[in-house]
Order: sequence, then structure tokens, then C-alpha cells
Amino acid sequence: MKIKYTEALIIGGGLAGLRSAIATTKKGLDTIVLSLVPVKRSHSAAAQGGMQASLANSVMGEGDNEDVHFADTVKGSDWGCDQEVARMFVQTAPKAIRELASWGVPWTRIKGGNREVVINTKRTTIKERDEAHGLINARDFGGTKKWRTCYTADATGHTMLYAVTNEAMRLGVVIEDKKEAISLITENSQCYGAIVRDLKTGELTAYVAKGTLIATGGYGRIYKQSTNATICKGTGHAIALEAGAYLANMEAVQFHPTPIVPSGILLTEGCRGDGGVLRDKDGYRFMPDYEPEKKDLASRDVVSRRMLEHIKKGKGVKSPYGDHLWLDISILGREHIEKNLRDVQDISKTFNGIDPADEGKKGWMPVLPMQHYSMGGIRVTPKGESVNIKGLFACGEAACWDLHGFNRLGGNSVSETVVAGMIIGDYFADFCSRNDIVIGTTVVEEELKRQDDYINYLLSLDGDEKIYDIKDRMRIIMQDKVGIFRNGKDLDDAVRELSELLEKTKHITVENKCRLLNPELEEAYKVPMMLKVALCVAKGARDRTESRGAHYREDYLKRDDKNWLNKTITYWENPDDLEPSIKYEPLDIMKMEMPPAFRGYGRKGQTIENPLSKKRQDEVDRIKAEHKGDRYELQEKLMPYDLPNGYKAKNERLGVSYE
Amino acid sequence: MSREITITALKYNPSDKNSKPTFAEYKLTETPGMTLYIALTKIKASIDHDLSSDFVCRAGICGACGMVINGKPRLACKTLTSEFKDGKIELLPLPTFKLIKDLSVDTGSWMKNMSIRVNSWIEAKEQIDINKIEKRVEPEVAQEVFELDRCIECGLCVASCSTAIMRKDFVGAVGLNRVARFQIDPHDKRTDSDFYELIGDDEGIFGCMSLLACEDHCPKNLPLQSKIAYMRRKMVKA
Repeated sequence: MKIKYTEALIIGGGLAGLRSAIATTKKGLDTIVLSLVPVKRSHSAAAQGGMQASLANSVMGEGDNEDVHFADTVKGSDWGCDQEVARMFVQTAPKAIRELASWGVPWTRIKGGNREVVINTKRTTIKERDEAHGLINARDFGGTKKWRTCYTADATGHTMLYAVTNEAMRLGVVIEDKKEAISLITENSQCYGAIVRDLKTGELTAYVAKGTLIATGGYGRIYKQSTNATICKGTGHAIALEAGAYLANMEAVQFHPTPIVPSGILLTEGCRGDGGVLRDKDGYRFMPDYEPEKKDLASRDVVSRRMLEHIKKGKGVKSPYGDHLWLDISILGREHIEKNLRDVQDISKTFNGIDPADEGKKGWMPVLPMQHYSMGGIRVTPKGESVNIKGLFACGEAACWDLHGFNRLGGNSVSETVVAGMIIGDYFADFCSRNDIVIGTTVVEEELKRQDDYINYLLSLDGDEKIYDIKDRMRIIMQDKVGIFRNGKDLDDAVRELSELLEKTKHITVENKCRLLNPELEEAYKVPMMLKVALCVAKGARDRTESRGAHYREDYLKRDDKNWLNKTITYWENPDDLEPSIKYEPLDIMKMEMPPAFRGYGRKGQTIENPLSKKRQDEVDRIKAEHKGDRYELQEKLMPYDLPNGYKAKNERLGVSYE
Repeated sequence: MSREITITALKYNPSDKNSKPTFAEYKLTETPGMTLYIALTKIKASIDHDLSSDFVCRAGICGACGMVINGKPRLACKTLTSEFKDGKIELLPLPTFKLIKDLSVDTGSWMKNMSIRVNSWIEAKEQIDINKIEKRVEPEVAQEVFELDRCIECGLCVASCSTAIMRKDFVGAVGLNRVARFQIDPHDKRTDSDFYELIGDDEGIFGCMSLLACEDHCPKNLPLQSKIAYMRRKMVKA
């Protein structure tokens, strides 16, 4: 039996995990990062368009600050987020981006003077302030009042991931590639590390740690069509679930408007942010008809639904892969595309043989909404600790912290990864420093043996079911029945069928009996995990009888603040259960800085009001009217919140100093 | 019209004493727009559950899936099967890197060693205050750094490099490009003589024989030739 000891164990080597590792290492803790792949290949690298932070350098971002970013984020979430967390986030984001600049992210910079941009399909000249020359630039993104999304062309996640990995290496963080955590070691609702499988040798090792942090990203691969990388299977969620941890809002799944058809590779929101538009089979720009104000740049949940609505009216373009719409960026001009949207151009040329810089129809790219982001995740406190398992932390997409509620804004996720890494990483480090490991070797060895036995059990199965077929079926069910438009009957079917599939995984045969380097064996232990995650999504969606953000019920069209202003908590009570248990955690309107209201886009008059919303709004209005002092003091009065490590310090901005 | 294609792949598990290198042949029906990612996923699910390969992003962004495809190192996810007119595709693992199994190689360890060897990180000029407005950078300079920062560590340059085959510790075009990237980054305080300490030897800048297959095979079209020449000039003077 192999046992390894460390102080801080971090599962997941994307931006959130690595930034957390920097936080723990800086506090002098022995830290190990485990990653399925060499960390620079993590899915963070695929973030294209940019990172939101209210720097307000560009003339199109003038007047931006934490308050504006906060309001955009809360509206985007359809009031499903934790407002305290949203505040923590917007306050830290400008610091995160400046830190990243110093670690070498070559952010696109502002050139003082006139520059030409495309706004509402028209070429327009804007004048950047000379005093902003050389500062970090920003582009427009969906659901935001200001141009706030900072970028490096359309490879933002890549340059961020490289900078953060490089910094982690400089600090000597121990990074172990090709290692997969397959279960958590817990006793009396406290986590003491994980059982880890070496993907190069098949060997199992117990990693015992003072604290364990999960940063394994999303669970998009439970869907047939997803922009997510092949490794985004939700196994990090599954091991938490199996250890008894609560998952929250798993039904909150984002569908991005513009993955390319049929491969499902993402074309960044930056395409539309920079002035690209959606067109139908007649070449008609249809979004302004549905969303007169935000047009192509309403929030992602709204644009995705409007696109499908438009296709249902017969306006889609026929193709062997079903109907799709067009994304037109040719109007931005070749020079802009080859500088700022070059990966988009490369993807479109390689996979579809279309050069999007070609003028007119020739350059239009076929797009259709597909699964993109998991708002749900391991339910944690504002400090990042699991609400019911001590010593277990989570951050980034794997967590439901909860910054995004029922819909995430573009540019807020890659931003969340590093911001949460800074904040939660710091709280996590404090936890590891304060607590000693008090766990018997027997407990560790028992869990190691349980996993060892489980692998032998999988190899010994002798049934007729095929694990690959089960996986395919799961992904189709999720696609067809737990997609953008949902209804009670389909969701009911989905839950039932997924449960049946979970049962079927006990009746498979793994043909290859080898314990190491056996991809089939990996499927055999991963697919049941994915099914459990899928069941949390489907059951959460079935029971939530309202429409909020990305969760849209055709049989319950209204956002129901009266009955559903809460978080869905799913958990696995007994190992042999075939579906999760479910309960709800209420959101307290009377503590909100911004009580529920209309988002400013999407369908109007579709809310079942909660009487407390008005009561709290009146209270907020009164406090504002009586307030004398600056916006920071006002914010503190409305909704106090904490941040570690001096992150609450004010952010300096051009022309307004620290105001 | 769909046609049948034949994919031949090396099968070998070096950690298994009984394993011997063999070629497996798979026949499958080509679908429109089929990439080698799609083809190999299909093979793994329905023909050979045991075939190992490395795919992550499947979009040409992460650099995981380099392999030798009909004699050339390429990213498999960006390779369309329709390119091969006779419908025959032969796949080998990338050379130079340690073979894990079949088409899967250990680029991670190689890149980690290289990164530590060339100190692939910013050595900062000063401790910054993250509450303050960021340091200004000329837009053109930021753009130039970004150009070199686009490297995805796929290892195709290393797999096509003769020096890398002969010298185990050669940092490769990927390493030399990395140093060139930090050399022009205004946040980095290191001087040319500091960089000379890192790469001023035959495992570094003077190991390159200027055969330039690296640039031919780079999937990001990085200007490796001119950057290696640039660094060599700098290092000779350092």
C-alpha cells in the first residue's frame, strides 16, 4: 500500500487549481497538484474571448467599476447567484488581471488615438484617450454595460494558463501529470485526501493531506454535443458526491450560442463582441427583432433560445446535421480577423473549409447552440469550503461558489478561475495551516483497499451490457431531454432512463483484463460517475418547476421568485441508490444588495414576484437616499462582505484614481 | 459519397514485458468532415477498446495529440481524413518523447524538464502593487510577445528535430522560442548574459543545426527560424 503525505492537495491543474497552488505555496505549504493531462493542456487553455475585469481603460469602458460589473453579473445570473460572492469577485478581478500582466500575460494594449470598430454592423471611429496608451484594452461581450472583457486576441485562456503555470513552476509547486483522483478519503464528514490512480502505470496511491481542493472544471461531456474538452467528465463532482458532499444547481447548464457545426468547437463570443452578427437562411440579421436593446449581445441563455426559436419558425439553414444559423464576422474585415480572431479563423478553415474573412456569404460560419458551461457544482461557502464536508474545498467551474447563478456571463468564467484561486486558495491555505492531520492509517488503507477491490470487481464483471453503448445513450438522453428547452415529461423520462443505465453499468464486461493503461477499464469506472452527475442535472431540472436563466421549462415559463428563489442541493445518500436525493437552500432577498427585478433583456412580464423583492428594494432605496459618503461606504451598508489578503483594497483607475 | 478508409496504427505497451510492437489495421466508413480525432474515437468505441492516444481539446488549441501521420508530425485533431486521397493513413507515436503506449507519448515530462531548464517564467523587475494601474506596455511589443506566446507545447518541433534525437537534453525550438519570448518581455529583468547562462551551449542555442523542420511542422506557424537566428545573434554577443 502506497501512502503519500502533503499539506495541501489540489485536484485539477487548470487555472483555478494552479492559482490556488500558488496561494498555498506562498504561505509555505507543501502543495501537490494532480492533473489528468500535462497542465498546460487543461481546458482553461480553450477559453478564447477574454476575462472580465472593470479596469475602465478603454474609452468604451469609461465609467466602469465594481458596481457596474456586479450589477451585470447579478442580472446575468437571473438573480440566482450569491450576491456576496459576486461582490468578492468583482472587487478582486482588477487585481487578478494586473497580477497576471506581471506574470507575463501579453494583454492586448490600447493605442492612444482613433481606431475603427464595428458597432451595430457599422464602421465607427472611436478615440482612445492618449493617457490610456499602453494600458490593457477590453472588448465588448454579452450582457455587459461596458466594454470590460480583456483579451489576448482569441487565445486568452491559453496565455493565462501558460503564465500561471510558469509562475507555479517558478515557485516550485509540485505538479503531477496523468494522475486521476478516483475517490476521497473521508471520516466523520471530514476529508483527508484522495485515492489516486496513476494513468501511466495503473498504480493506486493514497494522498493524505490536511486539506483537499477540487478544481476539476465542468461536466459538459455528459452531453452529446459540447464545446468542452474530452476530459470534462465531471469526475471531480462525482468523487465529492460519492463522499457525501452536496452539489448545487446542477441543472444550471449553459448552452453557448456559437459553436461551429458539426464539430462543436467553440467560436468565441468575441466574434459578436467585436461586431459580428447572427444571420438566418435568408441572410437576415434576426436578433434585433427579438432583443431590440442588446441585439446579438444579450446574455448567452437568451441568445441561444432566440436562435432556436428562430429556427422553429423555419428560418434555419438546412444541413445533413440538422438546421443551423450563420455567424458573420466578415463585416469586421480581414485585418481585424487575422489579428484578433485568428484561432476562430483557423478553426473555421481547418474544420469547415470556410475562411470567415472572405466577404459576404462565402465567409459565414455555420453555428448552433451547444452545451458549454456548468454553473452548478460542489456547493461551497464564500470561503470555498464544502458546506457539509470539512477540509474539502472547491473552486472554479467545479464549484458552485456561486457567482453565476443560473446563467454565467461570457468572460466571467476565466476570470473566476484566477480570482477564486486567489481568494479560495488563500482561505484554503489558512485551513491547511491551522489543521493537523488526525486520521488513522487504517482508514486510509481501507479506502485504498476499497478502490483496489472495486477495480478488481469491474474487471470481474461478466454481463452483456457494453459500457460504450451506455455512455452514448446517456449523452443522447441529456442532449434530447435535458437541453435548452425542457419539459416535465421528457425530464421524467430522462431521470428514469438514466437510473436504468446506472443499473446497467453493473452488468457490463470489460474485455481487456489488464489493470494498467487500459482505456476500457477507465470507461468502466468513469461512466457510472458521469451517470450520477447526469442524474443530478436531470432530477434537479425535473423538480425545478420554473424558468430561470439557462434552465428553461416550456411547461413553467415564468421565473418564480415566490417559490424558487433557492439553490437545488443534490446528494447521494446511499452508495446503492440509483438517483440522488434532493433538497433546497433558500436565498435571502432581505440580504441582497440588488433585489430581484427585470434583467433588461429576455422576455418581459414573465416573473412571479416575491413580495419581499419590493420590500427590500424600498429598503435599499431608503438607504441610498439617506447615504452620505462614497460608493464603498454605501456598498458596505447594503451588503457587507469579507475578503482575505488585502483584496478588499480599492482599485485604482485612470482619471478617477481610487474613487 | 462515403468511402472506406484504412487506418494503420502502432500498438505497443513498453511497460508490458509480453508486448511486442505490431501494426493494427482498422477499416471504417468515412463521414463528412471526419478528423483523426473522430476516426480514432470511433475505433476505440467500436473496434479496439485497447487503443491508447491523447486527445484533450480536439480543436488544435491544447497540443496534446501530436503523432506521426503518413510520415509527418502533425496534430491528429486538426487532420482531416479526406486529405488522404488513397484513404490509407498510417499513425506512429511521436519520436524523441517517451512512449507510454500505442500513440500516447509523454510530452508532459519533456516539456516540464525543458521549462525548468530554460527558466520558463518571468523574473520580475519589481514587486508590483496589484491595486495600482498596471505597467504600460507598447501595443506593438505586447503583440510581439503574444506572437511567441502562442506556442502550445505540442512537441511537433521536437519530433521533427535531428538535434533533439541526438542530444537528449536539447531544449528544442520550443525552448529557444520560449527564451526569445521572455527576452522581449518588458516585465522580465533578465539580460542577455543571464539568458546566455541558460542556453549558451550545445544543449541550447548552439545545438541547432538550422535544418528548420521545426518551422515546417509548427501548427501555430511560429517564426521559429527567425527567432532562433535572433537568439543566436544575441547569445554570440552576450
